[in-house]
This record gives sequence, structure tokens and C-alpha cells, in this order.
Amino acid sequence: MTSDAWVLTALTIITAATPLVYAAIGELVVEKSGVLNLGVEGMMLAGAVASFAVAHVTGLGYLGALAGAVAGTTLAALFALLTLGFQASQVAAGLSLTIFGTGLTALLGQPLVGIAFKGVPEFAIPVLAEVPVIGQLFFRHDLFVYGSFILVPAVAWFLYRTNAGLTLRAVGDSHDAAHALGIQVLRWRLAAILFGGCCAGIAGSYLALSYSPMWVENMTAGRGWIALALVVFATWRPGRLLLGAYLFGAISILQLHGQAVGLEIPSQFMSMLPYLATIIVLVLTSMDRGKISLHAPRCIGQPFYPAS
Amino acid sequence: MMRLYKRSQPSKFWIYAAPLLAVVLTFLSGLLLFALVGVSVPDAVYAFFVEPLSDRYALAELGVKAAPLIMIGVALSVGFRAGVWNIGAEGQLIVGAIAGSAVALKFYEVDAIWVLPLMCAAGVAGGMFWAAIPALLRSVTNASEILTSLMLTYVAALLLSYMVHGPMRDPDGFNFPESRLFHDAATLPLLLDGTRLHVGFAAALIIVLVVWIFMSRTMAGFSLLVAGAAPRAGVFAGFGKHRAVWFSLLFAGGVAGLAGLFEVAGPIGQLLPGISPGYGFSAIIVAFVGRLHPVGAMFAGLLLAWSYLGGEAAQISLNLPVAVTNVFQGLLLFYLLAADVLILYRFTPEVVTPASGSLNTDTVS
Amino acid sequence: MSNKPVQSLQPLLSLKGISKSFPGCLANDSIDLDIQQNEIHALLGQNGAGKSTLVKIMYGLLQPDKGEMTWQGNPLTVRSPAHARRLGIAMVFQHFSLFDSLTVLENIKLGLVGSDNHQSSRQLREEVLSLSERYGLPLAPDKHTYTLSVGEKQRIEILRCLLQSPQLLIMDEPTSVLTPQEVDALFVTLRNLRDDGVAILYISHKLQEIRSLCDRATILRNGVKVAVADPTKESATSLARLMIGDSADREFTDSQPSQSLTGTTLKVRNLSLWPNNNFAINLHDINFDVVPGEILGIAGVAGNGQDELMQVLSGETPVDRDVLQLNFNVCADAELSVSKSITKKIGHLKPGARRKLGLGVIPEERLGQATVPSMSLAENTLLTGFRRLPLAPGGWIKKRRLRNFTGQLLENYNVVYGDLNDAVTSLSGGNLQKLIVGREIEQQPSVLIVSQPTWGVDAGAAAQIRHKLREMAADGVAVLVISQDLDELLEVSTHIMAICAGRTSRVYPSAELDAATIGILMGGDTIESTHKVDAAPVLDGDHDASV
Repeated sequence: MTSDAWVLTALTIITAATPLVYAAIGELVVEKSGVLNLGVEGMMLAGAVASFAVAHVTGLGYLGALAGAVAGTTLAALFALLTLGFQASQVAAGLSLTIFGTGLTALLGQPLVGIAFKGVPEFAIPVLAEVPVIGQLFFRHDLFVYGSFILVPAVAWFLYRTNAGLTLRAVGDSHDAAHALGIQVLRWRLAAILFGGCCAGIAGSYLALSYSPMWVENMTAGRGWIALALVVFATWRPGRLLLGAYLFGAISILQLHGQAVGLEIPSQFMSMLPYLATIIVLVLTSMDRGKISLHAPRCIGQPFYPAS
Repeated sequence: MMRLYKRSQPSKFWIYAAPLLAVVLTFLSGLLLFALVGVSVPDAVYAFFVEPLSDRYALAELGVKAAPLIMIGVALSVGFRAGVWNIGAEGQLIVGAIAGSAVALKFYEVDAIWVLPLMCAAGVAGGMFWAAIPALLRSVTNASEILTSLMLTYVAALLLSYMVHGPMRDPDGFNFPESRLFHDAATLPLLLDGTRLHVGFAAALIIVLVVWIFMSRTMAGFSLLVAGAAPRAGVFAGFGKHRAVWFSLLFAGGVAGLAGLFEVAGPIGQLLPGISPGYGFSAIIVAFVGRLHPVGAMFAGLLLAWSYLGGEAAQISLNLPVAVTNVFQGLLLFYLLAADVLILYRFTPEVVTPASGSLNTDTVS
Repeated sequence: MSNKPVQSLQPLLSLKGISKSFPGCLANDSIDLDIQQNEIHALLGQNGAGKSTLVKIMYGLLQPDKGEMTWQGNPLTVRSPAHARRLGIAMVFQHFSLFDSLTVLENIKLGLVGSDNHQSSRQLREEVLSLSERYGLPLAPDKHTYTLSVGEKQRIEILRCLLQSPQLLIMDEPTSVLTPQEVDALFVTLRNLRDDGVAILYISHKLQEIRSLCDRATILRNGVKVAVADPTKESATSLARLMIGDSADREFTDSQPSQSLTGTTLKVRNLSLWPNNNFAINLHDINFDVVPGEILGIAGVAGNGQDELMQVLSGETPVDRDVLQLNFNVCADAELSVSKSITKKIGHLKPGARRKLGLGVIPEERLGQATVPSMSLAENTLLTGFRRLPLAPGGWIKKRRLRNFTGQLLENYNVVYGDLNDAVTSLSGGNLQKLIVGREIEQQPSVLIVSQPTWGVDAGAAAQIRHKLREMAADGVAVLVISQDLDELLEVSTHIMAICAGRTSRVYPSAELDAATIGILMGGDTIESTHKVDAAPVLDGDHDASV
């Protein structure tokens, strides 16, 4: 391959990874607070359909993204109501969020099927964008991609350098101890869940407005679930999460390139790659129980009922 | 301000009343939804709720849709009670259908009585095989069966697509992605003439009965309940760390595979790219709405079958997308989870006394 | 402390006629209590005397039904723990509120949530270091909490309190998890604090400690204040009489092992274990025997490998087959008193198989391990009972038989319960433990392994459970007791060894030990290497690992 081809490949990897970065970093924060939300796929779909609808009507792509974030947050609020308010099982509530999200978006998105959208504008950063290779790779993107570059270090800084981040980690480590210290466990978890929903909504918006600017039923194609696996792969650390997201971006574009190069493998098998890779990555990470036990939030999945 | 108080004992009343409340709330939300989408509410109610139960054929169709839902829902409820979250039943159904179809096509036009049983065995084996993968990964490497079983569903769907486009495509089918139509010896016997109600429905009822006895009367069933309710107690009592994982996944996988085989050998009659309208996922809702109890799952299966028929009818007569079914099912599960809070907790208005401690600020409004 | 209090006769905190009742019990009945500045004031009483309720009221966790409090002469209502801390009342709980995956400094910082303490990490670090030096509370600020001993964890809790410059520090049973040596260090700290003007309310039921540490003692019995005494002028016996009432004379039992020819011996040989888990303790070359009729006590501070050892013994963590052996001595011919010995290697066996061979286990975790919290009393009896009792022949549960048996069991062991179908969580701690102990004993084990038999159990139930254990030993059962409660071990065991950092000490007859010597063992030292014990203890040959 020529260097141009390499840059092009790297660019496709970045774009394929961007929705995963958003969805996974949001879920990472949720899980750090001790909550497992399996509804990422549903929230992403909600974000996708809402953003596409608003962008289509107003013609403003980034206004659509805002709508997508709101839609994701709204579904997350529903999840929070069930799990924090009504003590429902997090697994069941997360699953129902995905099932409901899939159905609702298919219903509401019906009139949007087949409509094309022009996509969102890119912003080249002056001067920096002119640097060869680097400029192309990092400084000629839409706001979604820039946002993903900033979001992960920001979350890492928040979690490990601020008092609020410390409190959030404490809530996920032991909600009983946190409660005993007077920390409002449910409020912190609510905030984390809403943040996760917002991120998933933006991830969906990116798919519908930038990655492939259109609305198709079920267009997330399991990316929400892959994001969940990425959090485990990252052993709940933002830096590794970024690495994992780009790895998956690479795998998911492998299928496109495989077809382009003319490999004799049926397309279905190439399409299986991201899912199989997810399984393999999960297996490899889960085997290292030492690392998992060190970094996994210890209260994950456990409902908290404040006893007085 | 309302505050949640934990009951000293689970409320017997709400165990049964919560699903009914959820159904009522779902129905009311449905009316609202119809009104919002802009269809005539009485028409929608008739099309969605009444038409599917209007005659003998319609009732038989209810059984056709309910059979896989009940079978898989009951099987999943066993696993859910054991704390094993197999959410990949859809994939297990697909692989079962592929395996069974392979037998049917291999012995195409062999008119023998053993063809159908062999297909069933292949369906069960296929589903079990697909479920054995997450079981193996969970018990050996501790990888979450939630994610692996779901990922395998995507893989199974792609495998099915490959099969009907490639090796199992009808040679005389003008390149349509479909297999041959199964011959008579490879097709399920019917329970009611003139309908599509097949023996799979009877099999579903048998599974309900067997699981009911198994879970309430046997040590093996009891050990699964312990594993789900308190995993450490299960290990302490010597029930084996991984037994619940293997049993739950293999059982549900086998049943889902059989259900998949029933679909292709029954109402469909051939292998198609889309053999299931998400039965494997809806069965999760069946299990929850049925209180993770086999008999409950039977009623819940009928209820969700009704929602499928309603969705189809609404599509034809009101031009609504089929997805409306999923919306109803998702809403139902939402309401159920919310209503379930009443089983373990009661709502009491917060009495504000001067001495009320501010520790209780984690309240629910 | 910066705010040196002014000496005055006015009490710092004064309680008048405090009453608090819960459904079915009057926990505090019109209690008066005065705490002066510059004193260590003991709150003395048995489990269930009402101590916890009273301090929870002082700390704002509970509101009194009746009575009033004054703080430096002004009327006081403590609305919440946060309010208490703002007033200058701090409390160190028996169960720590610590986050294992965070560092010491992070834990301390979290303890300041809601206080007005807004300082940078560096300032906080400096303040922590200076406080820890001043009061003899050594701590490494960047260590992860899960690597710390219980004593170090307690120091975090104390430092958390001290950072808020309290005027009153409440300590709830602070020594129950410490080695005697750690207790000495703690007392030095507490005396320093008192001399700096901090009043300390010290809750305990340990008479010796109170006599050596406290200036005054308020004694509670059955929710009523029975006396205020000067503990330095009272004898342990007179304090005990005040605390317990007239029946203070401890039941003293003869704990001679019965010399039975038959019975089962549990042998542990070369047990080493490296769990792949950052939070677990490695076990190093552990060897011991438990013979029929013996009660072997294992002393140790929590988190020194007891959990890991327990899991190996119960079969939750299988090991090599040779590591654990059961030696059955069966009577081949009673008249000639000829016995036959059969050894069975069980290290690889799972819990169910071990139970069938007669190994009964009572774990520390009563809810969630010994029982399934959401299940009924009958179902929880079935949980392990089906192995050796005919409750589910051929795998089919006999519901009626199970109900009858459970009813009988609960009655025999004086368990107070409502209905057999009630969830096991409806039982109180003591009744729950009686159910668990009864369930195991009714299966007639030949070896019984018990962890923390009476932790958190009321006095009556505790006495009953200890009595049952001695009875079992008298019947020729080999009993192993793992406990943090030295008094309990000294009362119940015939032999004692200690575990420290995953290594066990030698086994000593308990008659030759006292709490202080066990403390040395618990700290990982040998008695022989210290001058505290004059003569080397005589070792029972059965227990010598090298034999």
C-alpha cells in the first residue's frame, strides 16, 4: 500500500472506532459507579433515530446530535428509575431498554427510511491540518471525532484526579461504606447513568449523521454490545478502552478491505469478524482474574437500598 | 415525597397482581401510542387486540406463535432463576433450525418415519452446541455469558444467511436465498386440520409440565435455585460451581434449537433467511412476565403471541410497522419491572417529623 | 488539637432520661449519662444491653423517643452523623467504612465528604502524616487498603475522625479485631488524645481493657443504666457482676477430651495455596491434626488466611488429594477393643462428597453462604441436610418429611421463628446461627469445622452454641473452631494454635496459654523466641507437624 492508502485506512479505523469510543466510555463511567446497564444498544438506537429526525427536519446536523444525546439520556433516565428507584434487576432493566429501544426506534423511524442526509460538516484546524499525514489523521474531522479525542482523557482525568471522580469510584467499590460516610449513593449513580445515556446517544447520532448518514432499522448492528465488551477488555481503564476501540475499528473495516482485495471468503464470514473478535477479546481478558479483581468495580450489578 | 419501605415478607398479592397491572398499563400506553401515531383508536384496538382472537384459525395461529415463545421462555426461566443470563436463545434457535434443515435436505424425499425424529435430534444438538460455547467460555475463562451468547446470535444470523445463499440454497429456486420446501416426511404433523397448529404446541405444554415438576420437586432443580439466589451458598452446599451454568445453557440451547426446528419443519416448511421474528428475544420477556415460573411463562407466552398477531394485523389493516409489537413487548417488561417493586417494598408517604434523620435522603419520590 | 477545651465541671455531653424502643423491645430505658472533657469514659455492657442504640442516638443515626441531651450545657438534637461531626462528635465503628480498592489517602479524603475541610491533596497528606506521627498511628498514605491489616484499617478510621478535630470520639468495640499488641498501641494513642483534651467514649464488654484504660464507666444491663463506677477501683469480678447481674460466675467446664478409641481424625498435611486474587492471602505449609474428642481453636486477626483455610477445609477450594485426610478409627471388635484404621484422602473432593463422609462445616458468613437469604427455613434446612438425612432420597424432595424435620430441628435448638415458610432473613442473628449449627449437628458429623461460632450472637444463644460444641467433642467428634474471640477460644477449646499471614503456629494445650501469649502467636512470633513465657510448652505428640 502507498502511504496515502495507509492514511486512508487509518482514517476509516478512526471513524469506525468513534461510536465505540463514545458508547464504551459512557458505559465505563456507569460501571465504575457500580451499575451495569445492558441497554447501550437501545440508547444508541434512540440517539440515532432522534438525531437523524431532527437533522433531517432542521438541516442542522449538530442540532441533531444534541437531540440524540437527549434521547439517549431519556432512555437512561428510564433505566435509572427502574433500577435505582424501583430496585429492579439491572440485567433485566438493561435488556428491556434494548428491546424497547429497538422496537420504538423502528416504529418512529419508519418515515425516515430511505431518506439521505448530507452529513455533518468537517472542521479543519488551521495550520495543524496542513501538516502531512498527522494533519489528515487528526485535524480534519467533524466535531464528533474531535469530541472522542477529548472525551477519553477528560474522563480519565475526572476519575483519577478529581474529588468527584474519587467519590464515584468509591460508590462503585462499596456502596455501603459510601452510604455510611454520608455520600448520596443513588444520586451519584443517577448522574453516572445519565452520562452513560448521553454518550450512547451521541454514539448513535454519529452513526446516523456521519458514519453512514441515513436511518436504517437496527443500524447499530450490535455496536452497543461490543461497547459493553470493550469496557471489560479495558478492565475499566480509559486508556486501554481507547486502544480497544481502535482495535475494533480496525477489525470492522477489515471486512470491507477483505472484499475489496477479493478474498474468496464469503461476505457473511467476514461480517462475523467483529462479533468473533469480541468473544475472543472477552475470553482473553476474563482469563486474567487477577487484573479483573483489581480493577472491576466491586458493587457492579448489586442494587442499593439505603437502610436507615 | 413517597418513601420505599422493605416489606418483612414478599407480598403474595403483588406477585400475581404485578403482571396484571403491567398488562393493563401496557394496554393504556398502547392506546396513547395509537393516538399519538394518528390512527383511529377504536380501529387500532380492534385490529390489534380483537381480530387475532376472532375465529378458530386465528386461535390456532395464536398457538403457532406461542409454541416457540413458551418453549424458550420456560427454558430461559430455568437459567434466569439459576443466575445464568443466556440472552442468545435467538442464535441457538437459528442454529437448531439450520442443523435440523440439514437433516431434512440430506434425506430429501426419503419417506421414512425416522426422518422427523432425526431432524428433532439435530435441532436439539445444534442449539445445544451453540449454547455450549458460552457455557464453556464462562466456566473455563469466566467470560460473561451475556455478551458471548449475544455475540453468537449475530454470528448465527450471518451463518444462516450464508447457508441459504450458499450450500443449502434450492438448486431449482432461481437463486432465491431459500432452501427446498421440505417433503412431507420432514414436516411436522398438525394438531388441528385446516390450521397451522402443529405438534410443537403440545411439546411446549409438555415442557411446561416437566420443568414445573423438575424445579419444585427435585434436588437438581433446587440446586439451580440456590445457585441463582446465593451462589456462595451453592458452592458451600456442594452443588458445583459450573453445574448451573452448563445445565441452564445446554437445556435452553436444546429447547431453543428444537423450537427453531419446529419453525422450519412446521409453519415455514423450508429454511429462509428470516425464520424467527425475534422469538429468542421475546422469550426473555416471556420468562420475566411469567415470574420465571413455567406455568406463568405459559400464560406469558400466549400473551406475547397475541402481541405478535396484533402487530401483524395492525400492519395489514392500519399500515403500522411490525415493530409496534416490539414496542408493546418492551413496554410490558418495563411496567412489569416497575410494578415488581411492590412485591418487596411498599410505598408510604414520608411523615415529616422534626426528628426525622437526614440519613434517609436517598429516598424515592 | 487546636481547640484546647476549657476545664470546667460542666459535662461536655450530658444525656437525661433517654429512651428508645423498637418493635418488641425497649432498647434504652430512661438512661442518664455524663461525659466530661478530658476523660475516657467506658460504656460497658453485654451484647444486647443497649450500648449500640445509645451511641447511635448520640451520633445522630437514631432519634430518641424520649429524653434530652445537652452539649456543653446547651440543648442538643443530633440530626444526622454529618451534623454530629460538625458539632465535634466523631465515631469509629466496629465495621469500617473503607474502600478496599482505593489508597489510604483516598479513603481518608472520602471521609471528609460533607465537612468544611477543603484542602489540596498535598496539604491533606501533610496533615495526615503529622497527625499519624503525633498519635502513634503509622500508615503509608499510598498503599491500597486491601493490603492492610485490620489494625491498620482501624488507624485510617481514627485518622479520619481526628482530621475533623473532634471534642468527643466514640469508639465502638475497637479491640475486638486487634491483637493484644495492637491493643496496647491503640491505648497509647487514646491516652494521648485524652491528654490533648479529647473526650473518649469507649464501648466494650472487655473488663480488663476498661480497667486499664478508662477513667469512669457507665454500665448498662437490659437497656437500663445500672451503675456509674470508677473502673480502676473495681475488680473485674465486681464489674462483671454489675454487667451481667448476679449470675456472673462463668460456667466453667471441664474440657478434658474423652479418650475414645473410635472416631475420625482430620489431618492437614503440607497445605500451601496461592489464590489468583489480589485480595486473598496465600497459605504456607500448614500442618495439623484434629483428633476425636478434641476442640482445636485457631486464633488470629481477621484476614490472615482464615477464609482461605476454611475454603480449603470445606471443599470450596479443592487441593491435592493428599493434603487433607480423614483417618477413620472403626471399632472392629468391641470386646477385644481392637480397632481398625482407615485413611481416606479427601483433598480433591468437593463439598458434597466430604459432607457424605461426615465432615460438617459451619462457615462464618451466615447469610449468603451458610444459608440462602431469600429461601425459607425448610429450604435452608434442605440445603446441606439432604446429604446425610433422608430428606430427598433419589433426588426427589420429600416436602412433608422436610417440614416435619425442620419443625423438630427448630424446636430442639430453641429457635424462635414464625413459620417454616418464612424467609431465613426473618430470624435474628442468634436464632439463625442456632438453625445452622443444629442443621449440621443433626447430620451427626464425625468432624465439625466451625468459623466464628458466636460472632454477633446474643449471650444466651452463644452459651448454648458453645455448650453444643463441647457436647459434640465429648461424643468423640473432632471439632475445629476458627475464631477471633480469644475469650471464646480459651473457654471452648482443648488446644489452640494461631494463624498469621497464612502461616500457623504450633499447637498448644489451651491450659498453658493466656490471652497475652496467644496475642504473641497471632502476631506471628513464637512463644519460645520471646522471654514472656518461662518454660517451653509441652507439645502433644499428636500435634507436632514433624511427626
